[in-house]
Amino acid sequence: MKDGEFDAPAPPAKAASRVDEERRRMLRSAAVGGAVACAALLGLLDHRVARAAPRLRPPGALDEEDFLAACIKCGQCVQVCPVDAIRLGDLNEGLANGVPHIVARHQACDFSCDATQCVLACPTGALSHLIDRKEQTRMGVARLAAPDACLARKGAGFKGATRGADFKGRLRYAEIDRWKPQPVADHPYDLELCDLCVRQCPIENAIALAPMSDDPKDHRRTPVVKDACVGCGVCEMVCPVEPAAIRIEVRITGRDPGGPSA
Amino acid sequence: MSNRLIARKLRDLALMFGAAPKKPTPEDMTEDARDMLAFKKSPEQRKWRKAAIASERAEAAVSHKWRWIRWATIFGFNGLFVASYWLDLQLFEGALTASRVLGFHLADLNSSLQLMLAHKHVVVNLVIGVTTVWLIYAVIGGRNFCSWVCPYHFLAELAEMVHLKLAAKKLVRDHELDRRLRVVMFFVFAVLAFVSGYPLFEAISPVGILSRALTYGTVISLIWVALLLLAEIVWSRRLWCRYICPVGLGYGLAGVAAPVRIMYDADKCLHEGKCRQVCLVPHVLDMTKLGFARDVETPVGADCTRCAMCIDVCPTGALTFDILGLARSGVEDTPEDVGS
Repeated sequence: MKDGEFDAPAPPAKAASRVDEERRRMLRSAAVGGAVACAALLGLLDHRVARAAPRLRPPGALDEEDFLAACIKCGQCVQVCPVDAIRLGDLNEGLANGVPHIVARHQACDFSCDATQCVLACPTGALSHLIDRKEQTRMGVARLAAPDACLARKGAGFKGATRGADFKGRLRYAEIDRWKPQPVADHPYDLELCDLCVRQCPIENAIALAPMSDDPKDHRRTPVVKDACVGCGVCEMVCPVEPAAIRIEVRITGRDPGGPSA
Repeated sequence: MSNRLIARKLRDLALMFGAAPKKPTPEDMTEDARDMLAFKKSPEQRKWRKAAIASERAEAAVSHKWRWIRWATIFGFNGLFVASYWLDLQLFEGALTASRVLGFHLADLNSSLQLMLAHKHVVVNLVIGVTTVWLIYAVIGGRNFCSWVCPYHFLAELAEMVHLKLAAKKLVRDHELDRRLRVVMFFVFAVLAFVSGYPLFEAISPVGILSRALTYGTVISLIWVALLLLAEIVWSRRLWCRYICPVGLGYGLAGVAAPVRIMYDADKCLHEGKCRQVCLVPHVLDMTKLGFARDVETPVGADCTRCAMCIDVCPTGALTFDILGLARSGVEDTPEDVGS
């Protein structure tokens, strides 16, 4: 940017260097453009090659690939969640940077909002607008991942605050306050036989305790997950053993309410 | 005079898409502009201008009025997003990629376009959101999103200050790029979204990254922003905003006919070029060179972000904010933008 008054043609000696500079500029531009495109493609490479463990997505999420395509990364779902279960991915998640997920063990979706508020908040339908009841969601399915650790299977009870006094997670305790989720740490239990996964499950008929033998004196019970399970993760959150005996197996397909496998 | 208007708008668009500004021939100029140029080229006038520049530089009065107003606006908008979540204010919910403002959908053109290309669905909410945003920016200026709202612009301005300080000490040098790169990137990312099936640009867009980091605390992504800023400090001034960001191009298109713009009055101009030195997009100020103005008064084109740094720096008031249709005497092309 030279002074405005100066606009005489460049002397011939400089003309060659001007062409040179022009060429360098083109090369630089191509290099920068290529580098930025590559930075974006790194996310794709990471997704295709390094495929990390799938994340639990919020209720109503389309099948994973469609979900990643349809999410505009605005975080409106985060804002409406009454228990702050939804978090946004960061750069370490590659192309899922800014895409919401739930870490059930820290804070599960307990449907405190009643009508899947995150779905209503989503502007793009990445959380499908085809669902309006919690029972319709298919985030994943609960699995007894560590049966030997399960207290009920040992016939053991549970006393105290599940997950300890420092646990930050919240749940709806409808009998205390239907509208305000309460800290789990404030609600100690005193159970003869641990049935927390069944007791706190927000979905009707999704999980039950079944006897482990025909002997009526055998108090041991095993959690049985039924078809109604939506994979919200409350059982994983409240499971008192460390690590959780019951965990969510994340669905990446077959969760789209509008999809063929719904 | 509508032919002149159309020609000017086409020139503005070409400039935004990366064409180099051209010096007008005398035939391109209005009679007033020719007369003024002849007058300005007289030896007495040249001498007078030299003296005026010298005395202006001796005074060295620097105003940052518009910059402070603008920075306050950037902080205000982004603060509203943050407060809407953390204080449950619920005014601006979401991020700059898409949001609800008082319940109305707003969406960024570039984000929405890539999303729909990747998802291969027309998302009605996004169409509504983009249309609303476009209507707003078509009135208030277009790329003023960049300089008045975008949080990256603010950081890039700080990086630019450091760059200029270092450049003055000859520690770094600005490496200019071809401005057509931005248009290429717009299409590259659109094609990438369509072919790959993911809106890939979104993961590396500093606009969305900063917007989310502020509201949701996703701070790892700031590493990428820091890298960009570093490149802007040591290698190429305003690298991202000038040459790469397709978001700015989207808003620029929205503002092609915006009535809010910066007006250049060649009559008052000393042609010392201070405005072009501070400008993010100096090609839009090409007419401030002596003999480059086609008219006595010329509105600055669509690529202009209306950041008003040129207004702050101009010692003679030759550059001012102008709103089409609001009374200003002597503007030759007043009824222009109607219908365009």
